[in-house]
Amino acid sequence: MTAAPSRVVEIRGLTKSFRTGVTALQEIDLEIEAREFVSLIGPSGCGKSTLLRIIGDLIPATSGTVLVNGKAAHQARLDHDYGIVFQDSVLYDWRTVARNVSLPLEMLRWNRAKRQARVKEMLELVELTGFESNRPWQLSGGMQQRVSIARALSFDPALLLMDEPFGALDEMTRERLNMELLQIWAKAGSTVVFVTHSIPEAVFLSTRVVVMSARPGRIAEVIEVDLPQPRTATTREEPRFFELVTSVREALAAGRGDAARPAAAEDLY
Amino acid sequence: MSGAVVEPIPPGTAGEIGRRARDWIPAIVVFTLGIGLWQGLTTLFDVETFLLPKPSDIATSFWDDKAALWDAAVYTFKEAAGGFAIGSGLGILAALLLARFRVIGAGLLPIAIAANAVPIIAFAPITNNWFGLLNPVSKMAIAAVLCFFPTMINTMRGLTSVHPSSIELMRSYAGGEFAIFRRVRLPSALPFMFTGLKVAAVLSMIGAIVGEYFGGPTNALGVSILNDSQLFNFPRAWAGIGLASAFGIAFYGAVALVEHFTTGWAPSARSFRSE
Repeated sequence: MTAAPSRVVEIRGLTKSFRTGVTALQEIDLEIEAREFVSLIGPSGCGKSTLLRIIGDLIPATSGTVLVNGKAAHQARLDHDYGIVFQDSVLYDWRTVARNVSLPLEMLRWNRAKRQARVKEMLELVELTGFESNRPWQLSGGMQQRVSIARALSFDPALLLMDEPFGALDEMTRERLNMELLQIWAKAGSTVVFVTHSIPEAVFLSTRVVVMSARPGRIAEVIEVDLPQPRTATTREEPRFFELVTSVREALAAGRGDAARPAAAEDLY
Repeated sequence: MSGAVVEPIPPGTAGEIGRRARDWIPAIVVFTLGIGLWQGLTTLFDVETFLLPKPSDIATSFWDDKAALWDAAVYTFKEAAGGFAIGSGLGILAALLLARFRVIGAGLLPIAIAANAVPIIAFAPITNNWFGLLNPVSKMAIAAVLCFFPTMINTMRGLTSVHPSSIELMRSYAGGEFAIFRRVRLPSALPFMFTGLKVAAVLSMIGAIVGEYFGGPTNALGVSILNDSQLFNFPRAWAGIGLASAFGIAFYGAVALVEHFTTGWAPSARSFRSE
């Protein structure tokens, strides 16, 4: 990666309305510096996944500017400036584990030798060495998600976008993968934007937690997580951890209280 | 898929083939019992040959005239295979176009589905007129029309029912329509396409034989079955029917084999390797 600008994501006055007339996001301003780990948390329908997709230029903004690595989000997507991990691992059944990881490298036209070397390296990073020639469906959900992370990081993107990547996993697997993700984050040196429903997960992983409120989706509060790095299993037992969990919970509750109308059950995505 | 996999799973082995063979044992037993029952009951109740000949009589009849019957079956199979190639080929092509140009697809698909309800076999006398009674193309045409719809509709469904995040993933890698088509839509459509092709393989044999019932060269299986039944040579007619079925099943099996080698990764292939 060339020396990336220190500000990886810059969002100014972002608004997103859908054709149905629903305003998913209103006047979002957010700056994310290099090597930050920022979680977006909020109730269903607060537009956190929508915000992630706008950063990734997978859906267009209605108004406002979104810069990634100092470029318009569209250009950043064309330049392969980010890798993305979805809630569903989105591995292609017709490819082996190794070939799934090498998919973005093929898109970037890396030669075979370079691809193979990198795939080996990435599978070591996510501790899946030996599973190269297995099919995705032969792996457990947690392993599939690790393959998906390896794929997202294989081409060294400056930014890693994660849309509730561990939402479908059981609590134990989720906590283990949280630890692994932090180790990978430390080694890979990338910037992470992480969408989640889980307050402890957000606090444990992040350097900053962005609390959002729904209808219209707004940033209710930004909470700095001053827990020491690196985070370990005991981090979850520290008093400061519980204090931060409480602040996030209160911010979420305040965000709900501000809303003029009660939140409906529908998820706007 | 229950527990987490800890060790890498070795790729397909001889054990897998053995397990597959064992899957067939019940079917073979039932088939053998069925033939045995047929033989026993027709002998016991002395059933008239024109109603239902004994399997042994059918087998004897086949053996006595195997060269002619076999040639007739091969002739008919060639018509079926030709029709299958034309009809399925066009079906796949149409599906690709309709999936690519959704506007046309939205207009044509309902018509295609309605056309699928037309009893196509009824057109056999017409195609015999168009291409000539003795011309194999007249039978291929019927087989081709029969093959077209299942192949097209299934391929179309496969091309269009791709999970949205699969597409988002490709777009995140700056992949355009063609890359998405080649790397996502096409491979994920293959299992659907083969479902259509397997149906088409069976239909093609039916199409060719029914086409021949409306007239064709005497060395064709459909004509042979028709003539035998009109001459009250029922065991030979049944032998012809049996041979037609065998060719139909073999054709289906051949397509299924190609499917196994090209889409061995697909969910349908999972069933025989899970514990």
